[in-house]
Amino acid sequence: MADLKLTGVGKTYGGKVEVLKNIDLDIKTGELIVFVGPSGCGKSTLLRMIAGLEKITSGTLEIDGLVVNDIPPSERGIAMVFQSYALYPHMTVYDNMSFALKIAKKSKDEIDASVRRAAKILQLDPLLDRLPKELSGGQRQRVAIGRAIVRDPKVYLFDEPLSNLDAALRVATRIEIAQLKESMPDSTMIYVTHDQVEAMTLADKIVVLANKGIAQVGSPLELYETPDNEFVAQFIGSPSMNLLPGKVEATGAETTVNVTGHGMARSNVPTQEADKGRAVNIGIRPEDFRIAQDGENYIIEATVDYVERLGEVTLLYFVAEEGAEPLIAKLPGIHKDLRGNTVRLTAEAEKVHMFSNGQTMRT
Amino acid sequence: MHPAIQAVLTVGVAVIAAIAYFYLSNLLLDRVLFPARGKNAGRNINRANMIRPWLFLFPALFALCLYLAYPVVETIRLSFTDRVPGGYEWAGTSNYQQMLREPKFWEALRNNFFWLLVVPGLSTLFGLIIAQLTDRLSWGNIAKSIIFMPMAISFVGASVIFKLIYDYRPAGEEQIGILNAVYLALGGAEPQTWLTIPGLNNFLLMVVLIWIQTGFAMVILSAALRGIPEETIEAAIVDGANPFQIFFKIKVPQIMPTIMVVWTTITILVLKIFDIVFAMTNGQWGTQVLANYMYDKLFRANDWGVGSASAMVIMLLVLPILVWNVRQARKEMR
Repeated sequence: MADLKLTGVGKTYGGKVEVLKNIDLDIKTGELIVFVGPSGCGKSTLLRMIAGLEKITSGTLEIDGLVVNDIPPSERGIAMVFQSYALYPHMTVYDNMSFALKIAKKSKDEIDASVRRAAKILQLDPLLDRLPKELSGGQRQRVAIGRAIVRDPKVYLFDEPLSNLDAALRVATRIEIAQLKESMPDSTMIYVTHDQVEAMTLADKIVVLANKGIAQVGSPLELYETPDNEFVAQFIGSPSMNLLPGKVEATGAETTVNVTGHGMARSNVPTQEADKGRAVNIGIRPEDFRIAQDGENYIIEATVDYVERLGEVTLLYFVAEEGAEPLIAKLPGIHKDLRGNTVRLTAEAEKVHMFSNGQTMRT
Repeated sequence: MHPAIQAVLTVGVAVIAAIAYFYLSNLLLDRVLFPARGKNAGRNINRANMIRPWLFLFPALFALCLYLAYPVVETIRLSFTDRVPGGYEWAGTSNYQQMLREPKFWEALRNNFFWLLVVPGLSTLFGLIIAQLTDRLSWGNIAKSIIFMPMAISFVGASVIFKLIYDYRPAGEEQIGILNAVYLALGGAEPQTWLTIPGLNNFLLMVVLIWIQTGFAMVILSAALRGIPEETIEAAIVDGANPFQIFFKIKVPQIMPTIMVVWTTITILVLKIFDIVFAMTNGQWGTQVLANYMYDKLFRANDWGVGSASAMVIMLLVLPILVWNVRQARKEMR
């Protein structure tokens, strides 16, 4: 039940070290927003600024139209789930979950009802008398979420909540969070992670943070299919998108690019006559490559350096020039060992992205 | 030979002897007793490894037995004997009976109880408050160093300092004791001989130990406060707790085991308190404590029987707290 609006938000430590600048972001009621970015990009800082644990050094944060820059965390209508769970070790699960309500001087019956309701949602009923040290990692995580639910906040903030869990539990808890979100369609959630699988599966909208600012905001598939810039193109998707330098050869509704050291690439990005000869980078995701048939036009021709056969897919790593990132192709199914062979690869025109000066040429 | 040179030589010889003991005894074990060769090499290595810890512990164990265990046994024995010319004779429980009849003993016991009530509690409380207040200050470390400094002063040294603070000069003369000076400046009628005022003088002696032990409590509790996960405090902030609630409901409960260890450590110290009373009042004017009572009996009255009996009382009082303290400390380490 809350819209968030960030306007020109920035964070500077000690007046010198700038971590974030000019963040403009609109978050609508009921959205699940995921902040992703490389480590040190300030995604956790941004979350903590929304929580009120870090001071906002410039710009304004509004929750439901009210500027909350100087309002303490507890009055912002937010609840936060911490990476390390941050359960109070000396309190039982029940006391952990009821602490905020006790501080708020709610009546005993009211507290009890809220805690029981949250415990039921998260299947914590049998654990209410336990201490945190008697719980498993997944159970602790659920208590941390329960502590947030009990407060019935307008905005839920999650700071890398799954990163301390093992792989299997992470998948299970991820699904639980998705279900929790579905059961509370009115609550706004902001979720910080460095794991793009979490981002892709949970998010209504992903905010990619880089270089102190927002690199792109969009739905998971928008980011995957139409990245705004080379950073987002390479950050979303695994393995990363291949970037190859080239020159525009032919323009029009479709563009043909002469890929340096390789063949010709056709892209459905339209260009003008004036773009002819312009230096661009083309981007192709490993999974969009296919092996070119004999006599067919090819985009790259290279020698296979290394092969990873995962069963469902086969990854081909190509010999790259000194210092350059290796080219990777992801082919469906199992292929015979192609190591040492020279392979010609091509891709459909709509899968070929074009970037100029790091920015997309799609309009 | 100059005594200083003698001392240095002694230290040097002792260190070399200690190194030689460990080196040579280890050599003996590995080369002569259980050599790691022949057809029993594996068995010999295992046996040598079983013996080695005891071999290395032996000097410490021996010294502990000689200087701790033996005196305890001997004190128990002495407490049931009387000194007579040329030797001793069994006295049964008469020493204990005599001790229980003496009002000075009960005074000492009562005073020890007051010390116990006041000093560990106040030292821990002040230490905790200072640790919390200095935690986030830029000059907190300097403040902490200054507050910790009395720990480096001996009890006797501290007693001398406080004797000057409590010093008395007749009315009309310039007061060199700061307490009297302040007292007069605040409108006190005439200078007081503080250390002779019954009741209050006990408390003035306790102040000395509190002054010393607050630094100790502060250092340990400060480290414990730093060890509290920052995120639990942030969670409490988000939950709406104010600074006092965070301190009392989140921080203090989390460091409770450490607080208890500090409290019991000071309690044990207090039960054995001697130097301060000895140096400042020598147990006069109603300030007697058990350890000083023991000293009086043992070395002034030359009555080893009653002296040893009072030593046993101190040991019996300290023992349960000591055991509990060690258990707590171990639990915390886990």
